[in-house]
Amino acid sequence: MEERGKAVCIGEDVDTDMIIAGRYLRTKDRKVWADHAFEDYDPEIAGRLKGSVIIAGKNVGCGSSREQAAIALKEAGVLAVVSPSFARIFFRNLVNTGILVFETDEIKCTDGDEVIFSADEDRVEVGGVRYDAKPISESMKEIIRAGGLIEYMRKRR
Amino acid sequence: MTTLSEKILGGREGSFVDRKVDRAFAHDGTGVLALDSFRKMGGERPENPDNISIIYDHIVPANNSTTADLQHELRNFSKDAGINFYDVGCGICHQVMSEGVCRPGEIVVGADSHTCTLGAFGAFATGVGATDMAAIWETGETWFKVPETIQVNLEGKLTGHTEAKDATLEYIRMLGMDGASYMALEFTGSGAESLPMEGRLTMSNMAIEAGAKAGLFYSDKVTAEYLAHLGIESERQAAENPSYAKEIDIDLENLSPMLAVPHRVDTGVPVEKYAGTALDQVFVGTCTNGRYEDLKRFADIVRGRTVKVRTVVVPASRSVLEKAVSTGILLDIIQAGCAIGTPGCGPCLGMHMGVLGEGEVGLSTANRNFKNRMGVGAEYYLCSPSTAAASALAGEIRSPEEN
Repeated sequence: MEERGKAVCIGEDVDTDMIIAGRYLRTKDRKVWADHAFEDYDPEIAGRLKGSVIIAGKNVGCGSSREQAAIALKEAGVLAVVSPSFARIFFRNLVNTGILVFETDEIKCTDGDEVIFSADEDRVEVGGVRYDAKPISESMKEIIRAGGLIEYMRKRR
Repeated sequence: MTTLSEKILGGREGSFVDRKVDRAFAHDGTGVLALDSFRKMGGERPENPDNISIIYDHIVPANNSTTADLQHELRNFSKDAGINFYDVGCGICHQVMSEGVCRPGEIVVGADSHTCTLGAFGAFATGVGATDMAAIWETGETWFKVPETIQVNLEGKLTGHTEAKDATLEYIRMLGMDGASYMALEFTGSGAESLPMEGRLTMSNMAIEAGAKAGLFYSDKVTAEYLAHLGIESERQAAENPSYAKEIDIDLENLSPMLAVPHRVDTGVPVEKYAGTALDQVFVGTCTNGRYEDLKRFADIVRGRTVKVRTVVVPASRSVLEKAVSTGILLDIIQAGCAIGTPGCGPCLGMHMGVLGEGEVGLSTANRNFKNRMGVGAEYYLCSPSTAAASALAGEIRSPEEN
C-alpha cells in the first residue's frame, strides 16, 4: 500500500544529540521529545514533522544510542527516514520504533517535496524521482509492520 | 579466513544471526526507557537476571526530583528482578564491566553507544537501543548482522607524552565519522600488543565515533595478566587469516599529541596547531579517559603546581577512586586546585554538573565534541589526559611536550 508524506530535508552527519538534546532526556514524556526534536539543528523543524519523511544526508543518527531520538520522530508523526547511510544503532532504533527506513543513493530534495513510499517495497519516490533502496531483512519488516519491537514482542507471547 | 567478529558471532560477514548474549547492561538513562518497553511488552522477570546489569552512571547522584523518581523506580525493579545492580558511585557502566565482569570471546550488548569499549578484551561488544535491551531482558537473545572488518594496524610504541587517546583521534581522523559504519575494527600489529589494557579500552571505546559496531583487540598475554589480577583465567585468541574490507596503518612511534576540534570527532590535528587557545574549563574523566592510569598521568604533570583554569576530574569508577586515594595521586590533583566529582560520566553528556556556558571553551578527555552536547553555545576540544594537564596549568591549550 502506497503512502505519501512531505519531505523534511536535513544535512549530513546529523547526530542524535541534534535530534534530541541531552537536556530533554530527564523525563519519560514523549511529547517533550517530539516538541524539541531537531531543536539544536533547526528549531523550525519540529512543527513540520507530522506526516513527514525525513530526507537526510549520509550517516544520519550518529553518536549517542539514545532511543529518544527515534521515539521523538515517531511521536511527532514522522512516517519514514531516507538516507544514503544510517548510523547503526539509530537504524535499529528506527526499526524498533516502527518507523520505515530507506537506504538509497544521495537524494537532492527540497523541503515540502512529495515523497511516495510503501512498506512492502524497497524504493521511494521523492519529488517525482524514483530511488532504489537497499533491501532490509524480513524480520526487520515484520517488526515495522507490527508497529515496532514492543508490539512485535507482545504478539510473540 | 575468519575475523574475530565472525568467530565470536559464529557467522560469515553480511549474514544475520540470532544469538544468546553473555552480558547485557543498561544505565540509569537507558535503563528507565528499557524498563518502560519491557513492561509494555508484557515482561515481568528477565529471562536470565544473572547476565544482566544495571549500572547508575549518567546522572549520579540524581540532580532533581524527576531524575530521582525515575532512578527510584528502576532501582526497585532491579532489586526485585535479581539483576546485578550497581548504585550511584560504582562508576561508568563500561568501566565497571571491564573490572572483572567481561571476558574474552563473549557477546556483550549494552544500552549505550560506547559498549564497544569491551572489545578491548576480545569480546564482541556493541551498543543497542533501550527497546532492543528490553527484548534481550525478555528472551536473553537478539539478532546481529555479522559485520565486515577494518584492520587498524598499529606499529611501534608510544613515546614521550603521546598516549592511546592520540592514536585513537588519529584513526578516527583517518576513517572519518562514518568510515566504519556497520563494520568492526580489529586493532592488530606489534603496536597493539604493546598497549596496556587501559590504552586498549580507550581505543576500543571510540570505535563508535567512526561509526563502527565494535572495536576488537585479540586477547593475549596483556589481557591474561590484567584479568588474572582480577582473579579471572582467560583464553588467548589468535588471528585466523582474517579477510579485511580495508586496512589502515598507524605508526605509534611518530604520533604527536592530538586534538579533535569543535564540533566533530574526526577533525584530529596536532595540539600545537591550537596552542594558546584560551580555556574556561578542563575536564578529565569519562569512559574514554577516566581510568587510574589517566588520572596518574594527569597528576604526574600537575603535582606541586596550580591549575589556572577551573578543572573538573571525575574518576571512572569506585575502584579507580579508591586507588587514586590510596596511592596519593588524588591528593595531588586536589592540591593542584581541581574539583572532584562522583565516579560516573560527569559532564560528558551535558545533563548535569560541569556543563559549559554559552561562548565558553572547554578541553575534555571525553569521546564526543558535538555541538551543544556539553553545554549550549559552548565549544570543546578533545584530548588526552596529559594534554589536559599541561593545558590546565597554562589556562590555554598547550602540548604536554612543551610543558
